[in-house]
Amino acid sequence: MIEVMNLTKRFGATVAVSDVSFSAQRGEVLGFLGPNGAGKTTTMRILTCYIGADEGTAQVAGYDIYDDPVEVRRRIGYLPESAPLYLYMEVTDSLNFIAQVRGIPKSKREQRIRAMVEMCGLEGVIQKDVGELSKGYRQRLGLAQTLIHDPDVLILDEPTSGLDPNQIIEIRELIKEIGREKTIILSTHILPEVSAICGRVLIIHQGKIVANGTPESLSGLASGEEMIRAGFRGPQEEIEAKLDQLEFVSDFKRVPAEDEGTCSYELKATKGTDATANIFQFAVDNGWILTELHRQTLSLEDVFHQLTTQEVVQ
Amino acid sequence: MSNVIAVFRKEFKSYFSSPIAYIYITVFIVSSSWLFFRSFFVFNQADMRGFFGLMPWIFLFFVPAVTMKLWAEEKKLGTVELLMTLPLKEYEVVLGKYLAGLMLFLLSIVLTFVIPIVLFALGDPDGGPIVGGYLGIFLMGAAYLSIGLFASTVTENQIIAFIMGVVICFALLIIGEDFVLFSTPQWLVPVFSYLGLGSHFASIGRGVLDSRDLIYYLSLIGFFLYMSMHTIETRKWS
Repeated sequence: MIEVMNLTKRFGATVAVSDVSFSAQRGEVLGFLGPNGAGKTTTMRILTCYIGADEGTAQVAGYDIYDDPVEVRRRIGYLPESAPLYLYMEVTDSLNFIAQVRGIPKSKREQRIRAMVEMCGLEGVIQKDVGELSKGYRQRLGLAQTLIHDPDVLILDEPTSGLDPNQIIEIRELIKEIGREKTIILSTHILPEVSAICGRVLIIHQGKIVANGTPESLSGLASGEEMIRAGFRGPQEEIEAKLDQLEFVSDFKRVPAEDEGTCSYELKATKGTDATANIFQFAVDNGWILTELHRQTLSLEDVFHQLTTQEVVQ
Repeated sequence: MSNVIAVFRKEFKSYFSSPIAYIYITVFIVSSSWLFFRSFFVFNQADMRGFFGLMPWIFLFFVPAVTMKLWAEEKKLGTVELLMTLPLKEYEVVLGKYLAGLMLFLLSIVLTFVIPIVLFALGDPDGGPIVGGYLGIFLMGAAYLSIGLFASTVTENQIIAFIMGVVICFALLIIGEDFVLFSTPQWLVPVFSYLGLGSHFASIGRGVLDSRDLIYYLSLIGFFLYMSMHTIETRKWS
């Protein structure tokens, strides 16, 4: 559905996107993950034919972004970052304009608009001016405009930014639902979002793709360590001295405990050493009470952190 | 064509959803009528020559005010990204916006028809120069509009768009004036007097519709519309 070949884009001396290639199939939700300024938005803008690339090209649904930009745009629903909208228009007028330009025939327009209003929960605000809407409603209206022509490809730039937690869950559900039969590219820097909705993740850093795979496979990329949180009831100095001697624990850090007399730690343990079982045994051997013990699922964040803090060799 | 209409409708409607259109029309009608009727009763002459003579100078400030927001506001709000990723061709967007401005301008001109109606009621004016004068100010305004639209494409600041529009229109208006032609080199005089907006306006105002004047206005409009398209495109593919 989407085929990106060796895209490069420079702004003056800075390279915003550097030799990026990837593809996405129908029914795939692809997440762009990266720090601010990594090149996510630039890549999206090139794909939607808003700006041109310096090198390389891309095809959307078989149409080249240079040869048939209008055909490409016809097949894409694009939600730009922070959902820019016509603030001085009424919500219905705004939807109507997009529907008109999207070539939805007059007879179906009203029905389509109604469906979008319902889908994105805009019933209460359709008579209002867009400028009066709160951030969350603006984001929903942006999404409704993006979906109105039932596009094959959806490109969403930070679709959940500025929403409250309930809305975020709603929008995620919506994206997952739509993603079954369409191709979706979305960018985010919220990591749990990626695991929640994306089938595949591209981590972009300084304009380059530094990782590409399912969220699970990327978690495995983290160096052979896992984070374990454990709490013991016992004398602090003795616990720390003994923790130091444990071979499979490479590092530990004291964290605030929930109740008095307990020492809680975040332990970095070598993977595959059955660390949780060993820590339980460790507490039993020393006669301390184990108050908490669980494995932290931070690994995608670890991968992200590792991959995006080092300099990329250009 | 339906895309041009869609853009046109959105822009035209947006003029009236903010106070811009109402303020523009009211101030224009009040000031132009006042300037006309002030001397009308003094000279007691049933013609509109004075009125049409003033129009190029009044439009100089009114027309760029109509066009300044057309692109600058889209850029400021970021909606240009929304607009230019819709399946629209550049010329459709430029034309739609231009026609919306032209329609508002036309509406304001039509509202000044009160003046000729009064003239015909009170006296017996010569119809030719009045029709010619209206055609002249329409063509001139249409040319100003294309210049103003172009000025709006190069900036995201509406004030700058306005000032640039005024400056370009002003320059084109005065280069054909005798005052400027005196101090230009001899070989440039025919070029300047041809390019000047004012000289073409004067001949149409006399009721003489020369194809050269018509071609002049149409090519000026075409040139600046093309320039607008060009600026939008180079923004995209640089």
